[in-house]
Amino acid sequence: METRITGKIIVVGDNIDTDQIYPGAYLALTDPKEIGSHCLEGVDKEIASTFPQGGIIAAGRNFGCGSSREHAPIALLAMGAKAVLADSFARIFYRNAINLGLLPIVCPGIAKHVETGMTLTLDLDSGTVTIKETGEVLPCDQLGDQQKMILEAGGIKPLMRKRFGKE
Amino acid sequence: MHALEKILAKNSGRKSVRTGEIVTAKVDFAEINDLYLQTVYSFYEMGGEKVWDRERCAFVFDHYAPCPDVKSASNHKEMREFAKKNNLRFHFDTNCGVCHQVMPEAGVIYPGMIIVATDSHTTTHGAFGAMGTGCGATDMATIMMTGELWFRVPEIIEVQLEGEAPKGVFPKDVILAVLGKIRADGAVYKAIDFTGSYVENLNVAGRMVICNMAVEMGAKTAYMQPNQDVLDYVSKRAVWPFEVQYTDPGYQYAESYVFDVSKLEPELACPHSVENVHTLQSVIAEKDIYLDQGYIGSCTGGREEDIAVAAKILKGKHIPVYTRLIIVPASQEVMKACISKGYIQDLMDAGATIAAPGCAACLGVHEGILAPGEVCITSTNRNFPGRMGSKEASLYLASPATVAASILNGKITDPRQYL
Repeated sequence: METRITGKIIVVGDNIDTDQIYPGAYLALTDPKEIGSHCLEGVDKEIASTFPQGGIIAAGRNFGCGSSREHAPIALLAMGAKAVLADSFARIFYRNAINLGLLPIVCPGIAKHVETGMTLTLDLDSGTVTIKETGEVLPCDQLGDQQKMILEAGGIKPLMRKRFGKE
Repeated sequence: MHALEKILAKNSGRKSVRTGEIVTAKVDFAEINDLYLQTVYSFYEMGGEKVWDRERCAFVFDHYAPCPDVKSASNHKEMREFAKKNNLRFHFDTNCGVCHQVMPEAGVIYPGMIIVATDSHTTTHGAFGAMGTGCGATDMATIMMTGELWFRVPEIIEVQLEGEAPKGVFPKDVILAVLGKIRADGAVYKAIDFTGSYVENLNVAGRMVICNMAVEMGAKTAYMQPNQDVLDYVSKRAVWPFEVQYTDPGYQYAESYVFDVSKLEPELACPHSVENVHTLQSVIAEKDIYLDQGYIGSCTGGREEDIAVAAKILKGKHIPVYTRLIIVPASQEVMKACISKGYIQDLMDAGATIAAPGCAACLGVHEGILAPGEVCITSTNRNFPGRMGSKEASLYLASPATVAASILNGKITDPRQYL
């Protein structure tokens, strides 16, 4: 599991719900690429097409609230996001993200310290986020053992395949 | 221990559990709705062959009931084939209704159980003294393979609701008032136990409204100690034997809130957030809010009691030209009861459009989508941007009585003058 991630960011606000991350009109879609092309359309239609590959989302409080739809982390991953940094996360989104290998990291106040287009380095071992443009270093939460166990296996799917002797 | 902790302990084969511990617990019933074909994909990707228990796992086709397009029809077809292949005892096709109404009706929800479903509003089942929680597709696929899921034992918040509701204040108003105070993230990762004399005297439908919207505060689950109304309901329907759990006297809650229900008024959640709650009077005192659509339906506001109060307000009257009222009964059972009691006739005569039981426009899929610039008042649970169609539309959340009174007047209106 990668513990140091550097990427360009986009900044979004508080209470970014899963309808904004992935609008209800597209819920019947099943192809991850197609799902990714509608990511964050409820915030701004242009985000998915211009998102920097390997990029990071910086958000306010309660990111991923609302519906349990797994399309939300599928869309973020397919769009090219590696991590979401936020003041806090809604519970089901958090679980879904960990299961699929998208990093949801609590970093209080992050969205107030950065602007879209800046570059961040997230260091999971030291629990820090470094902003390249300003040199500022912010503390972030470290992952719990359960989360680490799932992420280190590459997500819940490889973990279950192993448990059931499929690999 | 709290009743919820006892449920978690029992299902994980322990004597006790502590807040913050991670436990792996047996799931008593697992439900997959029709947005989640990904569950079937994840199940096979992880090496699944057969579901762990054909009695304890079911699909409910509610979000696309009946299918609006070829893609959703194809998804249904694949899920139906999976259900058939696994010979599932329960299957709820497009002729049933919203999962959170259909499951209790079918008797698969009972006190003391753990119900997990691919739907955030699974907190609804706290109304029955069950531990209900939502999950995503891949977590659900792990349940389908193993019959269990890991949980963090949550902190438990007490929301004490005391007193009798004044005229015109419905369970929806009560939960909106609570939401306005605790906010959209006030209970993230936590459980909410609703207690107090209001809850002790509340009927099944009202309890379901309140527990349903616990998730709008981020709650992992909700709980209400079953009362006689609940026991009467489940003893007639429950498919399996059950054991009610009780919280030990002197249990220490992580946080406590007290609400005097007798002092509440009709409430509104204004665009575009569930926590943007104001008393109806304070909103209409500022300006008239004209409406294009009223909507009564969903796992929050589409039960017999909700449709009954709308019919009472609208009987013998007619909604204004150029407005519409969409009524979506939460289930076939609800719809049949509303037909036999004459509510559907009264509402159709008043100009309502009746749609098939299901989730319909609550999440912007079909049957009542809004155009840019339109304004809707709704008995549903979310008013996020774009939730019911265009993200340039505005949604006000309210009780079914407020919806009916408002659409009758063409603008947001206090229902108390009609009751």
